[in-house]
Amino acid sequence: MFEKSITHKIRRRDLLAMSGTGVIAVAGIGLFAGEAMADSAAVAKAIKKSVGGKSPKTGRVTLELPQIAENGNTVPIAVEVKSPMTAKDYVKAVHIYADENPVPNVATFRFSPESGKARVSTRMRMRKSQNIVAVAEMSDGSVYMGKKAVKVTIGGCGG
Amino acid sequence: MKKQIQGILIGAAVAVGVSGFAGVADAGKMVYEAGDRKSGYTYATKATQSIQDDDLANPAYLWVDEGDALWNKIDGKAGKSCASCHGGKVVRLNDVGARYPVYNAKLGKMQSLEQRINQERKEKMGAKPYKWESKQMLSMTAYIRNLSKGKPMNVSIDGPVIPFFAKGKAFYEKKRGQLDMSCKICHEDNAGNMIRANLLSEGQSNGFPVYRLKWQKPGSIHRRFRGCNKQVRAKPYGYGSDEYVNLELYVAWRGRGLSVETPAVRN
Amino acid sequence: MKGEVFEVKSLVSHKMETGLRKNKKTGKKIPRDIINKFSVTYGGKEVFGADWHPAVSANPYTSFFVKASKSGPVVLKWTDDAGKVTEKTVKIKVSG
Repeated sequence: MFEKSITHKIRRRDLLAMSGTGVIAVAGIGLFAGEAMADSAAVAKAIKKSVGGKSPKTGRVTLELPQIAENGNTVPIAVEVKSPMTAKDYVKAVHIYADENPVPNVATFRFSPESGKARVSTRMRMRKSQNIVAVAEMSDGSVYMGKKAVKVTIGGCGG
Repeated sequence: MKKQIQGILIGAAVAVGVSGFAGVADAGKMVYEAGDRKSGYTYATKATQSIQDDDLANPAYLWVDEGDALWNKIDGKAGKSCASCHGGKVVRLNDVGARYPVYNAKLGKMQSLEQRINQERKEKMGAKPYKWESKQMLSMTAYIRNLSKGKPMNVSIDGPVIPFFAKGKAFYEKKRGQLDMSCKICHEDNAGNMIRANLLSEGQSNGFPVYRLKWQKPGSIHRRFRGCNKQVRAKPYGYGSDEYVNLELYVAWRGRGLSVETPAVRN
Repeated sequence: MKGEVFEVKSLVSHKMETGLRKNKKTGKKIPRDIINKFSVTYGGKEVFGADWHPAVSANPYTSFFVKASKSGPVVLKWTDDAGKVTEKTVKIKVSG
């Protein structure tokens, strides 16, 4: 019952899910061409709903998340998008998704040139280990995305 | 150039801080390790610590603010508020968080902070008691204990307290429940080890009432005791039972020297 | 100072009930009840806003930035599923 170290074992189920679903999402939607491990189909669908048919380019979006979340119900997250935030060139919105939550949408944050900085911090719920995806819509119509994997530990002696 | 961090409050539901820098409101040297004793803070992940460290981000401060409002609210037949006798900023109570539970001569036994609050409400204010795990009691204990934040835990275990300390220690060390486990087995013998996916701490009480991520709100130490007892499949004792007040004393002594962290944030 | 970008940290007390939990005793689903909209107005316009889903943690914390232009109120508004609005105003003094 008591172990000295934390061992991360990727369960067989997770491995199958990663290889299986990933391939289907890339082939079917074609949004993330070139991504080795793609997001789930649900996230791709949600992104399409938010930003239309544009393919998000990687870059400019940074996600700050713990590698391992102590408790999935309160995971601190910060998203920052590189932008001069002027009236001519600013971040319009950032959409955050969790690819294995019951519903992929987490939040949408809307910025303006008066924001000064396209950075937001909040706390989110994660049902299990998964990828968190942030998609940024710029004022010039371009779309960028960033992604980070977070492990969620569940189980023990809670009390 | 530095902007002051202002914490303002409306209706006790909202706290907003505005700053020119992403700073931490709380100052001072917190002692998280004293001798061989370590606060639960040291067993938490950096992400969880970061939630606690910033007063403007620590959700439990919503309850501290509510406690401040209740402190100044007139309640009961005597037409008084806590502030009526204790003053606006409570100088006389500013080490309560480090000292409780204490021996009450009139009762002839130990008294927890919750019990003292209700005693004062009844005798001095003619006000109804707060339920142990109610929003009001959690807010009031969070507020009062928070006044001692940074002070070293320092419960008295001398004189009349001796027999109660012994009872608390015996409870801590006695195996119970279907799983036949004692507090000691996890929190003394195995602190720092894993119990399945959880890292075991020393089970210190210096941050209570604690905002547990699991509860998504603050909770009292008696709530925690009940949870622990249920987890080893033992019948839990009641809130405010003599057993738990004595246990609370012993656990507080186990944390002697550690800073009061109320309100702490834990898993 | 005019032009200075400052950080605002906000905390609001709310259970953010997801609608996915079941009452352990009755087995019935606990209905969803969350704050779904957050809006910040400054200088007469919305400078920052958010749409929240149940995956936002209980007692939501939001930290964001605002560029100081003129002195005046910064109004924060939270709206829940029932349409109830909680409002909070912070007065900003800008020099220069």
